[in-house]
Amino acid sequence: MEKDYQSLELPYRRSPDQDLAEPVHHPVIVVGAGPVGLATAIDLAQRGIKVVVLDDDNKLSFGSRAICFAKRTLEIFDRLGVGQPMVDKGISWNVGKVFFQDDLVYRFNLLPEAGHQRPAFINLQQYYVEGYLFERAETLENLSLRWKNKVVGLTRHTDHVELTAETPDKSYRLTGDYLIACDGGCSAVRRMMGMESKGVTFRDRFLIADVKMKADFPTERWFWFDPPFHRNQSVLLHRQPDDVWRIDFQLGWDADPEEEKKPERVIPRIQALLGKETEFTFEWVSVYTFVCMRMKKFRHGRVIFAGDSAHGVSPFGARGANSGVQDADNLAWKLQFVLEGRAPDTLLDSYGVEREFAADENILNSTRSTDFITPKSEISRVFRDATLQLAKDHPFARRLVNSGRLSVPAVLWASPLNTPDTDEFAGAMVPGAPSTDAPVRVHGDHGWFLSHVGQQFTGVYFAAHGAAPADALAGLAEGRLGVKPVVVVQPGMSGISYPGIDVVEDSEGLLATRFDARPGTFYLLRPDQHVCARWRSFDPTHVRSAVARATGNF
Amino acid sequence: MPLNIEPAIAKADDFYEALIDTHRGLTLEQSQMVNAKLILLLANHIGDLDVLRDALKRVRDGL
Repeated sequence: MEKDYQSLELPYRRSPDQDLAEPVHHPVIVVGAGPVGLATAIDLAQRGIKVVVLDDDNKLSFGSRAICFAKRTLEIFDRLGVGQPMVDKGISWNVGKVFFQDDLVYRFNLLPEAGHQRPAFINLQQYYVEGYLFERAETLENLSLRWKNKVVGLTRHTDHVELTAETPDKSYRLTGDYLIACDGGCSAVRRMMGMESKGVTFRDRFLIADVKMKADFPTERWFWFDPPFHRNQSVLLHRQPDDVWRIDFQLGWDADPEEEKKPERVIPRIQALLGKETEFTFEWVSVYTFVCMRMKKFRHGRVIFAGDSAHGVSPFGARGANSGVQDADNLAWKLQFVLEGRAPDTLLDSYGVEREFAADENILNSTRSTDFITPKSEISRVFRDATLQLAKDHPFARRLVNSGRLSVPAVLWASPLNTPDTDEFAGAMVPGAPSTDAPVRVHGDHGWFLSHVGQQFTGVYFAAHGAAPADALAGLAEGRLGVKPVVVVQPGMSGISYPGIDVVEDSEGLLATRFDARPGTFYLLRPDQHVCARWRSFDPTHVRSAVARATGNF
Repeated sequence: MPLNIEPAIAKADDFYEALIDTHRGLTLEQSQMVNAKLILLLANHIGDLDVLRDALKRVRDGL
């Protein structure tokens, strides 16, 4: 019987910290055990960093909330050891359809090419995501999860933070080298620091319903503008596991949220979409107003903000939880390097630079979608409706229809950690891009490229007919800023091995294509799998410089 | 490439009459929709974002 993650009650356990006279010191304290806090903590713990997670509640998410988890997030979850349960339980999808009145106007495929392990998206209720992350967290000795620990006081010093946590027993103090605030849109940490997340509220309301029913809709994201069953407004439909369907109804600004949540208001809307005979039950109903906003800076000395505490978006592109998990991916390795003395504290400034940039991209895209779905002025509505009408018969107009530009990871092309190209390259694997995936074979077994890179700096050498400068490559692993070497051999060249070096066969030639690689090409990937440098030939000195640059060690 | 504001319409008077004629008998609301669609169609035909931005700036500056 599947665990009911929504009603799981997690135990408050008194920590030994609470009985000591002086506050206990921890390297990292994470506030908030939602998807972003748990991802950050798991990543740190996997990296050998001891982390304490404080959550003021003792339950996981109630309601499906974030449901669309993107390919890049799944790849991060794979690295955190939780990807497979997510994909096994989740509903995979790639195709979206947009309808205007009675017609299909636009169909898009978010992963039109084969040769990737993970789909463009899975739909999975947030309580499952948190449940699987929580179960993974419980297996990690370095991770201490403290439920019913509410942060009520915060003092910042130049080299540490001190917190006061309220518990069912009395309050206690603890200190940390770093505090990672993953405590959501209404972040208490942010409030305690007297800071704000600023942006734009959209004058509209959406009814969000989780409806349990048996239905024939295909596993596609369906969005309607002005459908017969909800005139002059929009509707969004997503399939979730357990025969639960997410249906969002646009209500308009003048709708009364409390009235609209009542069954007598919700049921007719659902019956209009599904027909009166369809049997269904409600799992969860909520009314939302959307905001796009962010903090000016995500890093404030020893306090770092990640996820909704730092930035919020309207949900049409699924850029909220996904970008938050990418924040965690970006931050954890940097914290590890700083705490281990392998990088200066200033490396953490790059988290702010990179993730503020990504937040701006997500906000831009989410805002544009919301402006199309909820036009801000009369003339904007005229253009929106003109676009929809033209889309019926004009291919160009279909591209303009914006019911959501779905989350793709930001390419950190302007990051100070990148080494700019000095050689010519084509394709998408520019410095700052997250690594693509491709099918590979290792000792004859089928596998995927991404499982061989990341977690640490990785140097990927594309070999000509199996020949590789093995000694020099193996030597990269030495030292405090070592790089794990991986050699990619051409299709059919199995049976090649080098001591101390992972060898992967580019089984369908897709790696070489996607990386625009020729024999001798070398890519340096960061611990978060983002490209940070690449060359047409391998020179260990260049690699060492690039690693120094990517770790803030100039 | 900047927006061309030099004469380029082959038969200017013919075009002008056709434009006005397109709106014959329409309410202002219908005309707004016609204008919006025309802008989108022609913008697509032009394609170049710099030219389009140039035109947009020019008309906004005039206010």
